[in-house]
Amino acid sequence: MSMIRKSGDRFSGRIMRKESAMRNIALATVLLLSGAMVPALAASEADFKAAYAAAEAAEKDAGALRNRWTTAEAALAEAKKAAAAGDFDAALAAAKEAEALARASIFQATSEKDRWKDAEIR
Amino acid sequence: MRVRLLFPSALTALALTLLAQLSFAADAPDPVADAKAFQKYFTTKFPKLKPDDFVNGPYSMNEDMHRQWEEKEQFPPYEFALEAGKEMFATPFKTGKTYADCFANGGIGIRQNYPYFDEKEGKVVTLELALNRCREANGETPYSYVKDEMASLTAYMAFTSRGKPMDIKIPNDPRALAAYESGKRYFYTRRGQLNFSCASCHVQSPGERIRAEILAPALGIMNALPIYRSEWSGMGTTSRRLITCNSQTRAVPLEPQSDEYRDLEYYLSYMSNGLPISGPGARP
Amino acid sequence: MASTIRVRATSNGDVTEVQALIQHPMDTGLVKDAQGTLIPPHFIQQLTFEHNGKKVFLADWGPAVAKDPYVKFSFKGAAKGDDLKISWVDNTGATDTTTAKIL
Repeated sequence: MSMIRKSGDRFSGRIMRKESAMRNIALATVLLLSGAMVPALAASEADFKAAYAAAEAAEKDAGALRNRWTTAEAALAEAKKAAAAGDFDAALAAAKEAEALARASIFQATSEKDRWKDAEIR
Repeated sequence: MRVRLLFPSALTALALTLLAQLSFAADAPDPVADAKAFQKYFTTKFPKLKPDDFVNGPYSMNEDMHRQWEEKEQFPPYEFALEAGKEMFATPFKTGKTYADCFANGGIGIRQNYPYFDEKEGKVVTLELALNRCREANGETPYSYVKDEMASLTAYMAFTSRGKPMDIKIPNDPRALAAYESGKRYFYTRRGQLNFSCASCHVQSPGERIRAEILAPALGIMNALPIYRSEWSGMGTTSRRLITCNSQTRAVPLEPQSDEYRDLEYYLSYMSNGLPISGPGARP
Repeated sequence: MASTIRVRATSNGDVTEVQALIQHPMDTGLVKDAQGTLIPPHFIQQLTFEHNGKKVFLADWGPAVAKDPYVKFSFKGAAKGDDLKISWVDNTGATDTTTAKIL
């Protein structure tokens, strides 16, 4: 199953919708993660705290949608652990990843909300 | 001029009302039709199987596994849990009453009626929930929904219903239909970082492998629960299975017996109406 | 206390088939509990099946055998109605034994 499709593709059908959903989730994650990969000066505790707060807030929203991911929770825990050890570079990176994953899970919850009907046996 | 305008707008209003009624009818859930289509999907996909075979999950999907299952049934690994469950069932509570006092027919041969929609409460009640409510009503602490005690108890109750056809009822109550529909929605919705729905594995890929395991069809999947899983080296409840399925797709599981799980159990059990109870089951 | 050994032995006149399911945790000693402490090793070390005082099956087990082990084997020289004695000893020195009739 190819993840890359030309943007002008007019092909419609159940498979395309499912694939484009996965592609969109993948795209969203990549776009958000690319922010985390930009090299920066050594992260400060303040940077980490801001990123962690953002990640936590996003995860809370995902929780309200009853759609949290275990990997987002794990990234949050890793961020907290690294911060406790004083490694704010790692903590910041983990916090940003946690936010990206949380946002992807929110995207999934909203985009899958009606898409399930495509898969229903009739 | 007013008269002229009135006529077309009345027509429009009538047309809109009719349309609204039609679309409501199309949206109203039809569990009977759903179940028929569901069973047809699987019997068409596996023409060599009899409908009752589906309750053995992966063992009906693969010849080698079927042979292993036949051997296993001669000396099932769940015997210990079953005996423990029988003993627990008969042990009186602090109040002097037993589980038999909480259930119809003394709790024997009734598993196939669960889950049911409780019209007073307006919610789905599963067997595990009913058992813990029975405990609490008699001054006992409820059991964990994912540990051995609940697994043993439900194993015994399932055993007393072996062979009886699944018999889930959906009363003519919009709340029951809503719960049914909610369970259906949960079943087909993708979740977790791996983006799987229950249907991804159990509707689209039964009989195929996920890593080293053979996937069970969704038809009949509730009939074998609770199950002794070799992977768990022990008996596990329905709640435990739903929770681990969630975490396997990297979705944070919901609380055991949360509304979503109860509704899911309701929907899936109804889809298997008519198929025999095969629990307690044994699985890889 | 109920026996930990469930056994069924059937003879077709010539060959006796024996199946046994034994209730035992078979802890390896390598697994940690929820608090992070190692669960100590607790597994059957020797399993013996005797017929007419003669050992017909002897198993030397270790931590690699899984919980609630199941054993199946066949042997010759027994008849319906004979006794089959099963016993095990584990690494803590605990034992259990049972006798079953060959059907």
